[in-house]
Amino acid sequence: MAEVLVYVDHVDGAVRKPTLELLTLARRIGEPVALALGAGAADTAAVLAEHGAVKVLTADAPEFTEYLVVPKVDALQAAYDAVSPAAVLVPSSAEGKEIAARLAVRIGSGIITDAIDLEAGDEGPVATQAAFAASFTTKSRVSKGTPVITVKPNSAPVEAAPAAGAVEALAVTFGALATGTKVVSRTPRESTGRPELTEAAIVVSGGRGVNGAENFHIIEELADSLGAAVGASRAAVDAGWYPHSNQVGQTGKSVSPQLYIASGISGAIQHRAGMQTSKTIVAINKDAEAPIFDLVDYGVVGDLFAVVPQLTEEIKARKG
Amino acid sequence: MSLRIVVCVKYVPDATGDRHFADDLTVDRDDVDGLLSELDEYAVEQALQIADEADDAEITVLTVGPEDAKDALRKALSMGADKAIHVEDDDLHGTDVIGTSLVLAKAIEKAGYDLVITGMASTDGTMGVLPAILAERLGVPQVTLLSEVKVEDGTVTGRRDGDSASEQLEASLPAVVSVTDQSGEARYPSFKGIMAAKKKPVESWDLEELEIEADEVGLEGSWTAVDSAAQRPARTAGTIVKDEGEGGKALAEFLAGQKFI
Repeated sequence: MAEVLVYVDHVDGAVRKPTLELLTLARRIGEPVALALGAGAADTAAVLAEHGAVKVLTADAPEFTEYLVVPKVDALQAAYDAVSPAAVLVPSSAEGKEIAARLAVRIGSGIITDAIDLEAGDEGPVATQAAFAASFTTKSRVSKGTPVITVKPNSAPVEAAPAAGAVEALAVTFGALATGTKVVSRTPRESTGRPELTEAAIVVSGGRGVNGAENFHIIEELADSLGAAVGASRAAVDAGWYPHSNQVGQTGKSVSPQLYIASGISGAIQHRAGMQTSKTIVAINKDAEAPIFDLVDYGVVGDLFAVVPQLTEEIKARKG
Repeated sequence: MSLRIVVCVKYVPDATGDRHFADDLTVDRDDVDGLLSELDEYAVEQALQIADEADDAEITVLTVGPEDAKDALRKALSMGADKAIHVEDDDLHGTDVIGTSLVLAKAIEKAGYDLVITGMASTDGTMGVLPAILAERLGVPQVTLLSEVKVEDGTVTGRRDGDSASEQLEASLPAVVSVTDQSGEARYPSFKGIMAAKKKPVESWDLEELEIEADEVGLEGSWTAVDSAAQRPARTAGTIVKDEGEGGKALAEFLAGQKFI
């Protein structure tokens, strides 16, 4: 069976959920071989094996943290040369897309980004994508070279499928471009303890209607009652009420949770582009004409300052 | 010595219009008005600010696209860019990102550059991979997704805000930079700027001038193929209630019924 190279996103050996989802998709088109880079790379092997990786290639070097993106491309290319896979799958993070794209050019292949599903086809893997603010669904293939495909979080279930997961050290030679962009310093983002926005099963977002940074605790309390991530519309971010890292929309993050709750968000195209593929959509807005109501499964026309706290209380009461 | 800045911009269908696909599954450009991709305005703005700080700088805006794409160039020129290059060729119809990056890279090399600036992604395809590919093709550092950028003494520095960390980056010129919508509000063209733009030079280049064969680009030469495009079924109308004091409780009831609580 053909091998499929899967790029592993992990933090010090802790594999992030989108990579486990990638393994589910990889098994539909072949046998997953995982590539884990950096500190703790070998520690990823057990969980990757548990989810279907027949082999785990690992490499660590200071270049991966001291320079931007290119050292990881060199490593992915080394893995590609070693495995000769039928396809290369990479999580659709900002960095993941850049790594995948540079590999595609180097190996003379096409690239598909932000797939939301993947299946085997007669002419190679077929990727489903959302287009035009998710108002269209397309099916595409890479038609030249080895398919390089990046996949969005929440695109497949995480499934156990135990495999050998034999760890092998990968030899990586860094090219002249690897040290081109130096990472002078790195400041880790402060953890809120909440789930990561793009990976969360539930997202609670606030917009212009929240009317000030000092009111965002209302949104956060609702999120916490549901174990949800907090999002913000561009208007709220541009006004400085919430960090850009939480922005949901075309120029922020694209999310596709099981449940999306929009509070005080009108639903401009910019925002819809980032949340329209959510499974269940709920909105609270005092403007009955707000376009967000065209998308909802359930909408409350009302003042979020009354509705959201009442909802939070009710959820807490029901959860006991 | 003059700092040569090339800003790559894209002419995209207006996202507020009713966008759809043409019969050949390329983006239908006839039914929806086009405009300069909003995210590219930030790239033009940063180029203008960098040029202001430099002793001597020249900003060239570059686009690959159909005749109408000149509108995007005019907008950038009216913001303050010095000149424009329009790569236009019938054989380019349907070119994907790998092909477009080839055309842009050849045009950038032909134009001459110290710094290439782009937006973080286009507002139509939203892939966000072109800047990295350009750096790969040009063989220069990529300094991408910057929310702050500065160029001084042949060095570009900037801040990249990622999911888990904020990184301070540094590279020597020549380099490819991409900027996010956090890099600074883009200016509106002034009336004077709009009038001045009419006199600024716009060069037109075709594939032959860039020594690119027709089969390396276009729909046929594309590295990817779209097999189908379907409009998402309209959502069935949801339940909308007016809050009369119990709206939060009613919503909790709905969420419980959907097993979210």
